Amino acid sequence: MTIDNKELKVAALKEGTVIDHIPSDKLFKVIAILNLKNTHSQITFGYNLDSAKLGKKAIIKISEKFLEQTEVNKVALIAPHAKINIIRDYKVVEKMALNYPQEVVGVVKCLNPKCITNNEPMKTKFRQLHPSAETYVCHYCEKTVDVEDIVVL
Amino acid sequence: MKGKSLVSITDYSKDDILRVLSAAKEFEKNPNQQILQGKVVATLFFEPSTRTRLSFETAANRLGARVIGFSDAATSSTSKGETLKDTIKMVSNYADVIVMRHHIEGAARYASEVTDVPIINAGDGANQHPTQTMLDLFTIQQTQGRLNDINITMVGDLKYGRTVHSLIMAMSHFSPTFNFVAPIELAMPEKYKLFCKENKIPFQDLKELSQDVIGNTDILYMTRVQKERFSDLMEYERVKNVYTLCASMLENTRPNMKVLHPLPRVGEIANDVDDTPQAYYFQQAKNGMYARQAVICDALGLI
Repeated sequence: MTIDNKELKVAALKEGTVIDHIPSDKLFKVIAILNLKNTHSQITFGYNLDSAKLGKKAIIKISEKFLEQTEVNKVALIAPHAKINIIRDYKVVEKMALNYPQEVVGVVKCLNPKCITNNEPMKTKFRQLHPSAETYVCHYCEKTVDVEDIVVL
Repeated sequence: MKGKSLVSITDYSKDDILRVLSAAKEFEKNPNQQILQGKVVATLFFEPSTRTRLSFETAANRLGARVIGFSDAATSSTSKGETLKDTIKMVSNYADVIVMRHHIEGAARYASEVTDVPIINAGDGANQHPTQTMLDLFTIQQTQGRLNDINITMVGDLKYGRTVHSLIMAMSHFSPTFNFVAPIELAMPEKYKLFCKENKIPFQDLKELSQDVIGNTDILYMTRVQKERFSDLMEYERVKNVYTLCASMLENTRPNMKVLHPLPRVGEIANDVDDTPQAYYFQQAKNGMYARQAVICDALGLI
């Protein structure tokens, strides 16, 4: 698949990762979960772009950076229907599938104010309740949180 | 064998449970043994709980261990702002095993990750209290002569009551049948009912503690209905009386049927029940010491 025949709202990428079909209201959460503010790569964002499927969508293009599967999986917690493509020489060379991560460390906030993770300087840790479940369990206080209620640290 | 922490009851496999219960049975026969001589047991009670602390400390003392610790966080460095990690690290320099109670949920799990000294969770907020579950299992085995195929009726606060949740998890190894008797406000959470379904454990949700249910029960597990759980105090007054057990309700029970309660009780078991042959909650509390002796020894790799 090439992208050269479309009118591009965001500059085409030579090498890197494109995260497309992000619901617009989830853009900044995706930026946070991937810790993009601490990246030195060139990044372009598109926000409130027209989308037949989503109404308004967002897109992130990260130059010269190829996301790993573990990083990509974190995106699933926020935008499970996002599309992630690896670009080399302006061409999509790989489409990465989004799977809910089995375990997330230091990313998701525990919603239980009495949880140790909200009372001690430490990393949070959540595990998926069971494979394919859209529910996560805090490794510490054992309270569960549904994916749609997840708050990113 | 290497010792290990007990933070949640699910840390124990079926084999672990059976091994620890069998050791507890030995301690019941002979609670005074010098097997922990030369060992130091720390009891860190960041939240006061006299009943649990005395049970653990008696358990350790009767096995010849020395006990160090505190009974209230106000007397520890926690009150100066020390992190839990630092307190645990410091105590780990002195003790062979740490028993801890904390009002913060997950505190014991975290403690077990920052030290190599085994941690025994003596309660972390509303989360877990696994030695209570071990003493409940011990009591069920003691009174019924077995753990398999027991009909357990749980009554009262099934929503917030951590003891009933842990008991479901632990009993799931032994093909139980459950009756959950609670007002709607305090009904058993879906999560545990789903767990029962997944493990093919039969259960029924009931609003009332009927004679019929009591008559088919082996273990009647009563819990405290706490006033502060209700937004509507009139509802509390109504519910409180519906779930009060009195001696007249125990006339047609199975001969092996026993009434258990994690204690303290406030009014859900009338005083006249104390004199019935079914009342077993005080012996149950005593069993806590044997169960904790076994858990401490297991944590130290001694059984």
